[in-house]
Amino acid sequence: MSDVAHAHDDHGHHAHPTGIMRWLTTTNHKDIGTLYLFFALIMLFAAGSMALLIRAELFQPGLQLMHPDFFNQLTTMHGLIMIFGVIMPAFSGFANWQVPLMLGAPDMAFPRMNNWAFWVLPVAGLMLMSSFLLPGGAVAGGWTMYPPLFIQGGISYDLTILAVHIMGLSSIMGSINIITTILNMRAPGLTLMKMPLFCWTWLITAYLLIATMPVLAGAVTMLLTDRNFGTHFFNAAGGGDPVMFQHIFWFFAHPEVYILILPAFGIVSQVIPTFARKPLFGYASMVYATASIAILSFIVWAHHMFTVGMPAAAQLFFMFSTMLIAVPTGVKVFNWVATMWKGSMTFETPMLFAISFVCLFTIGGFSGLVLAIAPVDIQLHDTYYVVAHFHYVLVSGALFAIFAGIYYWMPKWTGHMYDETLGKWHFWLSVIGMNIVFFPMHFLGLAGMPRRIPDYALQFTEFNQIATVGAFIFGFSQLVFLVVVLKAIKGGAKAPARVWEGAEGLEWTVPSPAPYHTFETAPVVK
Amino acid sequence: MKSMWKRAGMVATALAISQPALAEWGFNLQAPASEVAQHVFQLHNLIMLVCLGIFVVVFGAMFYSLFKHRKSVGHKAAHFHENTTVEVIWTVIPFVILMGMAYPAAKVVIDMKDTRNPDMTVKITGYQWKWGYDYLNDGISFYSNLSTPREQINGTATKGENYLLEVDEPMVVPVGKRVRLLITANDVLHSWWVPALGAKQDAIPGFIRDSWFKADKIGTYRGQCVELCGKDHGFMPIVVEVVSEEDYKAWVAKKKGSAQATADDNSKTFETAELVERGEKVYQANCAACHQANGMGLPGAFPAISGSKVATGPIADHVAVVMNGRPGTAMAAFAGQLSDADIAAVVTYQRNAWDNKMGDAAQPAAIAAARGGAAEAAAPAAQ
Repeated sequence: MSDVAHAHDDHGHHAHPTGIMRWLTTTNHKDIGTLYLFFALIMLFAAGSMALLIRAELFQPGLQLMHPDFFNQLTTMHGLIMIFGVIMPAFSGFANWQVPLMLGAPDMAFPRMNNWAFWVLPVAGLMLMSSFLLPGGAVAGGWTMYPPLFIQGGISYDLTILAVHIMGLSSIMGSINIITTILNMRAPGLTLMKMPLFCWTWLITAYLLIATMPVLAGAVTMLLTDRNFGTHFFNAAGGGDPVMFQHIFWFFAHPEVYILILPAFGIVSQVIPTFARKPLFGYASMVYATASIAILSFIVWAHHMFTVGMPAAAQLFFMFSTMLIAVPTGVKVFNWVATMWKGSMTFETPMLFAISFVCLFTIGGFSGLVLAIAPVDIQLHDTYYVVAHFHYVLVSGALFAIFAGIYYWMPKWTGHMYDETLGKWHFWLSVIGMNIVFFPMHFLGLAGMPRRIPDYALQFTEFNQIATVGAFIFGFSQLVFLVVVLKAIKGGAKAPARVWEGAEGLEWTVPSPAPYHTFETAPVVK
Repeated sequence: MKSMWKRAGMVATALAISQPALAEWGFNLQAPASEVAQHVFQLHNLIMLVCLGIFVVVFGAMFYSLFKHRKSVGHKAAHFHENTTVEVIWTVIPFVILMGMAYPAAKVVIDMKDTRNPDMTVKITGYQWKWGYDYLNDGISFYSNLSTPREQINGTATKGENYLLEVDEPMVVPVGKRVRLLITANDVLHSWWVPALGAKQDAIPGFIRDSWFKADKIGTYRGQCVELCGKDHGFMPIVVEVVSEEDYKAWVAKKKGSAQATADDNSKTFETAELVERGEKVYQANCAACHQANGMGLPGAFPAISGSKVATGPIADHVAVVMNGRPGTAMAAFAGQLSDADIAAVVTYQRNAWDNKMGDAAQPAAIAAARGGAAEAAAPAAQ
């Protein structure tokens, strides 16, 4: 098996261009997965640096380092890039690498579209980043792009609209590819309900993307025509309504929240059974819970808008539907704990990140439940409580799951074991740093500190100082991660085909590193 | 049932405020000063307690497992992977708990939305970056600007106790009266929030939304704009002074007196030096946030006034820009915000400050005339 694979490996290298052209023209799912992951890594450091600038300004009251307008540019770009440039591309990277390997498929269904789906992303990323250099600076209207403020901005606002379009296009192409691959290219015998949960979560995510990205495209196109072509979709003076934008935007952006977390659920559902040496508890209920969350995500959007002044009946509907999401989410958490229960656990770095994911994501889930209660949300809306909430689900949720997945599959991708000691350092520094940054923000929000402000009243000083210290610990500990990744690529202990003792699934039947072409003959799953 | 919820809320409240040492650090919502805020406070405490309980049970089990079911202590993995009974139980129990939370929450929602039978009504308008208040019953109107000096923000002076939470003209209301708020905005979205009163409502340009509060205690309550509204979003606080009925009446009388003084100013003719002096104050309060105190603006974002074509061109055009704004940009129309005398003063100041040495002046009468002209010009368009 190994020899055959190597022969193909060589064949692949001879048939393809080398150097930069190899990467520009590649249609190989592994190459494209790697590109996505490196793009996400670079953007993580870019948007992370913005976060550190924000926290540096907020270390003490008063304006120290920057103008309020530049501060708003940083918060806006930090949000846009972290969502569209880090978390989503990273998950696409995982999908590209893992979906064909897990399904026993030779590649993705549409390899050329796959190439396009990736290569438009750096263009969008470059457009976003370069807008800092334009007159008036980058967008400063918040990642939510609410009009009329968004109508006031300069040329960079139009550029951002274009970048959002391109990123949406990339997501749609990627999703078509993933859905087709999963539905049509599974190995014989691998029925849908036998498929690894990671593939299930991505299948559902891809449907969410296809359903919502056109909605976002519509919303930003209306912004574009309002800005440049004299329409009045969001201008009351012309018969429009600024709140309509919020409805359209959140109809996209609430499913987007689950786009950012469902693949994380999938990764964690692969990692925990491996290190508990016990099959995933409640596989079928996991699938149903994921699907329920996805469906519910379309009828909860206005819980982001409890303060716009909806009628009581609408508030009640969106409050109840939002609370309902806690049920399937709870099922997932219970299933993960039950998977660990009576297992035979070891605590390598992927497992540490997965356990912290379960614990800290649940804290984010609880604060989400608090925010679901409309009267409480009205007090906490647009305060630091919300900032704390979504960073618990996106940092200790999505990002920690990405770390877990990288440590878990890196030996398969590079053929080398990563440095376990450094991996543990990375974990402990990250988990401690992350909590120091974001936990105090709950108290800041409760005490009344609004989000998106560059300067604050004196009673908020202590918690802000703690958060800033935590941010620098958390931020700089990501350099440890960079070292671990680079070291594993360069060398290290040779990884076996089945990297982890308890690992199950087709990806562990191919050698490490996974050869350039795998499963040219479909395996048979019993 | 009802008293059970009340008791749970009270227990939670007691737990939350029983640690005075921690109070200064503010670990919970601000002390409520209205019934709605009180309900929200109790609701939040109740939900936090429930969440805490679930967290302890679930993660107690997980951490027990982490210590007992590990390979290094020789634990062998079991192989169960489903159990329908257990799965049904942990779907149904959370559902029941949620229904228990939804009931008291729904009651508060309905109460918050009930704006009927107010004792008085105040219209609140958000501007970039200040608040305007119109007392519909008493006929008082005024603007409320941040009063923290620039030096404190820049760090060249010591920050005061109410840094960034102080205004020149607070909103004043009588204690124990239902105050209905009609909230709107002039330019972009804003959001009016006073945490202790439990009232928060987005201010939406072109639409009026309502909210209400009834303050229980005399005192000063502070809040901030909570919807990103551009550069100085962090610098447009809200201060509500809750006073006794008599003090409120006295305040109303005083405000009416100063409104008369403004009306008198509008019919006067001023010396250029007087206008420049008055205009500098108006400029600092209304213009300096964008165009800067030195008139140089912020390149790329806000144009300079010093040496600009507008400020050194025909005076009527200059007045028109100040009064009507520049649609589609952050430049607001000040015709509705400033008195004739103030517009005349600020235009005169801009034409005679920094590098601008025009030496001419605008008089309130000219502004009044421009208003008449604008009204005539706007009338056909409105039909």
